[in-house]
Amino acid sequence: MSEKKLAIIATKGTLDWAYPPFILASTAAALGYETQIFFTFYGLQLLKKRLTLKVSPLGNPGMPMPMGMDTWFPVLGTALPGMESVMTMMMKKKMADKGVASLDDLRELCLEAEVKFVACQMTVDLFDMDPSAFIQDVEYGGAATFFEFAGESDICLYI
Amino acid sequence: MSDFDQELDASGLNCPLPILRAKKALGSMSSGQVLRIVATDPGSVKDFEAFASQTGNELLDSGEESGKFVFRMKKA
Repeated sequence: MSEKKLAIIATKGTLDWAYPPFILASTAAALGYETQIFFTFYGLQLLKKRLTLKVSPLGNPGMPMPMGMDTWFPVLGTALPGMESVMTMMMKKKMADKGVASLDDLRELCLEAEVKFVACQMTVDLFDMDPSAFIQDVEYGGAATFFEFAGESDICLYI
Repeated sequence: MSDFDQELDASGLNCPLPILRAKKALGSMSSGQVLRIVATDPGSVKDFEAFASQTGNELLDSGEESGKFVFRMKKA
């Protein structure tokens, strides 16, 4: 079977949106795809050695909440101090209960399967991010670097 | 004599872990050997069919045993 290619752009830095790139990349690699993820803007958070990602119910009417809170709890209430931490804790617990892999594990599985991680140099500089806070297996590049791989890809996803 | 060479218990694991673990297990086996997989994720039924058709590993059978999904896959 000829090797297919998957290119992903990861742009989000919340706990929930960190899953799709890592799930799809690890699965694609298991199916024999050569896979690359380009991390840009808030997606760079997914490369931190210590992942401290959160979910926020604020501005997210589609987020299911316990006790049907998503239907009756006032939107402004979700902005209260501590809400984000509570929701993050609950989401993590739910994921663990349901046997959903942790982000650390999925990221490790990606690396084991030789998924290539590329960090956007421009946004690293823009946010004054310290590359030493990132995991080791990261390359740095720009838009042209991304297209070098994406141009040859069979599937290209913007997440 | 059992009808498989190696067994993988993916019970309690959710997408995409059963597939990733199966891929890893198959990696350490030789061509023609059979891996038996036990899973509880209902999504794994379709996923193992898709995994088989895309990787060339043959899905010998897929069924349910005491509430769990059981697959036998032959390494290509």
